[in-house]
Amino acid sequence: MYKYNDFDHAFLAERNRQFRAQVERRIDGQLTEDEFKPLRLMNGLYLQLHAYMLRVAIPYGTLNADQMRTLALLAEKWDKGYGHFTTRQNIQYNWPKLQDVPDMLDALAKVNMHAIQTSGNTIRNVTADHFAGAAADEIEDPRPIAELIRQWTTDHPEFQFMGRKFKIAVSASAADRAVLKAHDLAVRIVKNDDDVIGYQVLVGGGLGRTPMIGKVLNDFVAQDDLLPYIESVVSVWNQIGRRDNKYKARIKITVHEHGIDEIRRLTDERFALVRPTFGGADKALFEDIKAHFASPDFRTGTTEAFDAAYEADPVFRAWADTNLAEHRAEGHAIATISIKKHGATPGDATAEQMREMASIAEDLAYGELRISHEQNVILPHVHKNDLPAIHARLKAADLATANIGLISDIIACPGMDYCALATARSIQVAETIATRFDELKLEHDIGHLQIKISGCINACGHHHVGHIGILGLDRAGVENYQITLGGDATETAEIGTRTGPGFAYDEIVPAIERIVHAYLEIRAHSEETFLETYRRVGMEPFKAALYPPAEAKVA
Amino acid sequence: MPRAFTPKVVTANHLLEGDVIYLKADNSWTRELAEAELITDEADAQLRLLEAESQKDVTVGAYLADAKAGENGPEPTHFREEFRRTGPSNYRHGKQEAEANV
Repeated sequence: MYKYNDFDHAFLAERNRQFRAQVERRIDGQLTEDEFKPLRLMNGLYLQLHAYMLRVAIPYGTLNADQMRTLALLAEKWDKGYGHFTTRQNIQYNWPKLQDVPDMLDALAKVNMHAIQTSGNTIRNVTADHFAGAAADEIEDPRPIAELIRQWTTDHPEFQFMGRKFKIAVSASAADRAVLKAHDLAVRIVKNDDDVIGYQVLVGGGLGRTPMIGKVLNDFVAQDDLLPYIESVVSVWNQIGRRDNKYKARIKITVHEHGIDEIRRLTDERFALVRPTFGGADKALFEDIKAHFASPDFRTGTTEAFDAAYEADPVFRAWADTNLAEHRAEGHAIATISIKKHGATPGDATAEQMREMASIAEDLAYGELRISHEQNVILPHVHKNDLPAIHARLKAADLATANIGLISDIIACPGMDYCALATARSIQVAETIATRFDELKLEHDIGHLQIKISGCINACGHHHVGHIGILGLDRAGVENYQITLGGDATETAEIGTRTGPGFAYDEIVPAIERIVHAYLEIRAHSEETFLETYRRVGMEPFKAALYPPAEAKVA
Repeated sequence: MPRAFTPKVVTANHLLEGDVIYLKADNSWTRELAEAELITDEADAQLRLLEAESQKDVTVGAYLADAKAGENGPEPTHFREEFRRTGPSNYRHGKQEAEANV
């Protein structure tokens, strides 16, 4: 993975020094809150309901063991012993004190981490496929591109005060695990007919108040042209994007209002000006970055220890069946550690758990970890023979939940429990759904079903692209939950459709149960997933289950 | 027709800890909603808010929150303010943690 050079270290030290001085000036009264707020936001520091919140970037979701230990240190020393992994491959600390934040940032800098541009109207943390570098189906590791984009965006003078934030995601597979089509801009590594690697660029995706699926802006951008091309896109939007109304400021609205063809024309025009200004330094930098992402030296050998445990231990087998994915190297697997224990807060890990995951990675998984937008942790490279030992250690750390892709593997934003923007709780709804279906012992029978919950219209919980989406709103001072069905976060992305009137807090879990029972009754066979059934039969049978006639009158 | 004025408290977040604070009648701050000053006059409410905003070394984001008189002092009327005076519901952190430690 990428190792900072002298320039990176010096840059980060200087940035942290500046922020420390800004905090001091805020505390002694030289800076007002109005002056300080944009400065703290650029460094990832929010003020939420009960406390400050520090959002730390985990660039493209990649971590090594020392970095994970530092995240644990922050949780333990300056927070309440845990951290919250988010849908943008960040980690959030919910309880830092203002005067401690500069020390937290210095601790992060020691392991090449920061909180720069995790907030504010800038280009945010670049996210990537969490199986990057390991997936069997990828063309090449997309992380060097992500790192190149990270370096180019960091403190980019043209893009520090834009009309709104701008989110970029990168992937290199036909299967989309990075929700590319819900990003302002997405880069998909592709091969053309001549087997040459290039980039498909999508723009205008986004969730929130006005959900939109991203559109293809360019089917094939040549490797050397990527940065100038992205710069041209952001630059065009920065010029013509709306600044009169923040709800219409994202590029998805610009694309919607001007049309993709006009955005393409303007981008090409801009590109003709921008391209010559890139003198090749970006290309040299990219070559340097690529060397950092050399693949580990995968060991060879049989998988008999794995096969024996798989035969003998039903608990291990259940975990292996749900939590493993195909690796590109023979005898290896990608193991997902569920941070979704039934009844616990989705995405929350304690300092002890983070340390144990770091140690497991170091001892048994080539020292690498990933964070997924689904709020889980991944061991991207594991030799299958090490899986029984890993599973045993995960069990001891209360991290062996076998539910990846199942109904309890729920994405949930912090919601009203923490977030100043929230209009309703989401954590409690997620916890209750997971607990309920665990009690019913139906989870494995139900199979692949993604529930995604947001506690406000901004959609951090990706509810629009959940197979079942739940949106918590404030209706006349009471929490009310709207349900959408048929959303899809993959390469066949779709925005879910609203079922109808919403449900009160104590009605939402029974409502979800009715939907799931309807699915179990009408699915063609046990292998037909919820989404497949929904696509086959449409909304009506679910609506009928959700709003029985007696209640329909009231609604 | 303008809506009738409903009672308010002045609330904010503390500059250093970031936690929820309320303005008392004597211009000092408390972490307990029950100890806050319940303001029943609209003109008075605006003046009290100005007073809170002037204390820049203590407060961030002061505003007027709806409240009602309860047996032991002001109580929230909206669930958001209930969360602010109590803390999150997934862990006993925040103000409820402080209470547990007493």
